[in-house]
Amino acid sequence: MTRAGLLRTGIIAAALGALEAACRLGAIDRFSLSPPSEMATSALRILTSGEYTRDILVTFATVAGAALLSVVAGFALGVLLYRLPRLKRAADPFLASYYAVPSFIFYPLFIVLFGLNRWPLVAVAFVFAFVAMAIASVDGFLSVRPILLRTAASLRLTRMETLRHVILPAAAPYLFTGVKLTIVYAFIGVVAGEFILSGSGLGYRIAFAYQSFETATMYGLMLILICAVVTVNMLLWSHEKRLHARLTR
Amino acid sequence: MGLHAQIPLGEPVTAQAAHVAVRGLTRIFPGANGRPPLQALGPLDLDLAPGEFFSVVGPSGCGKSTLLDILAGLSPASAGSVTFEGKPVADTVPDGVGVVFQEDSSFPWLSVFDNAAFGLRRLKTPEAQLRPRVEEALALIGLSDFASAFPAQLSGGMRQRVCIARTLVMRPRLILLDEPFGALDQQTKLLMGDELLRLWRETGATILLITHSLDEAALLSDRIGVMSARPGRFIDVIETGWARDRDSRLAADPGFGAITARIWRQLREESLKAMRAAP
Repeated sequence: MTRAGLLRTGIIAAALGALEAACRLGAIDRFSLSPPSEMATSALRILTSGEYTRDILVTFATVAGAALLSVVAGFALGVLLYRLPRLKRAADPFLASYYAVPSFIFYPLFIVLFGLNRWPLVAVAFVFAFVAMAIASVDGFLSVRPILLRTAASLRLTRMETLRHVILPAAAPYLFTGVKLTIVYAFIGVVAGEFILSGSGLGYRIAFAYQSFETATMYGLMLILICAVVTVNMLLWSHEKRLHARLTR
Repeated sequence: MGLHAQIPLGEPVTAQAAHVAVRGLTRIFPGANGRPPLQALGPLDLDLAPGEFFSVVGPSGCGKSTLLDILAGLSPASAGSVTFEGKPVADTVPDGVGVVFQEDSSFPWLSVFDNAAFGLRRLKTPEAQLRPRVEEALALIGLSDFASAFPAQLSGGMRQRVCIARTLVMRPRLILLDEPFGALDQQTKLLMGDELLRLWRETGATILLITHSLDEAALLSDRIGVMSARPGRFIDVIETGWARDRDSRLAADPGFGAITARIWRQLREESLKAMRAAP
């Protein structure tokens, strides 16, 4: 393990140890915050009991669907804005202020449009996530050094070949960041939507456990969610790091 | 005025024998924001014989790179014509033409081998044919030991050699070089010049080199075209008379000094004009 990795692990272990000690020694009320060991036990119980498996799968499937739609649509919008600079100039103010609008306000509208099922959640997550992918894509395409495009022309690449073999690999670090953000935003959109109005999913179960004073269950579910998001992000981060190292070492 | 009308030395290339023939080439950039159109180049004529090494020198902004872009088919001419092996050049880079730019244009996400193989892979060349050609090109430029390295692990000179290998592997009959050693230190420049001469002899390709360096032009070329300040036209063409088998040791030859002095005589006034005209 690298020195940075050791330091990282040490900080996390120290924080968990401090929290554990604070809860067990009574510095923090155990009803308000479970010790990390109890959270882990509860998470393990939830996973092995199968009681919440359907909710966990439903949430992850919704996140996966929303993220996939957002990546595809965001990428397509990015290509369009890159190919049409006038459209990009017209859209720039909207893109810059996009995240100033809380997209969750559209949730009732999506329920009216799609009905009381999982689609409004997909729509909220999509609206929240796809612009991050579009911005990352267009920034990535614009970051490609002009000399690489001239080289592509000198090698007689067609427009599609240039996109596939030059622009996409050159913009890959930006695209990767876009995918990473999109997945995070999709998680936030879906889980937050489940909190507000849903009859299933991890967000709904966490909210339900909170309202029923089932603290252990609530923290167990939260831990599962956090571990899932962190794992996905760490996997993407390590790929991104390898890619970046190859391009800049 | 046509190039050969100005050439006091050497036999002019006949239109039939010319590998590259340029006639009345002019490039005018349209004016923007109320500014008048800018004539960057010409009109100029040029004939390159097969297997010739021709260098172009001129003051900054005289249109040297514009000339190369038009010869490569990367940029359109406003007037005049360019033919390569008898076929007109327009819009796309013709088959058989390779271009090496001044700026590092290696693909950082590909290894040295994959960079060199890029053009052949695009043509779907079978791996059995591709491998020996790429290995041959890498050996030719002395990068065989770095085949699996990535550009970011190489020096500037090595990266430029990767770009040359990527061009050579396509076996171009005309190689256009836009100040390929511009960003390198003087010693590396001289060594790269020797390598370029060796490649030129071994491949038999015609080479057109754009350079700012009078020494580089005097050492490497069969003929040197000296351009005027903008709009760039050839004001002199100097035939060096060097043997084909030559290298950087020519710098000690008394003729070398005479050639650079002649280029500078022509270029000094033009460079001053260009400086005065600069905004």
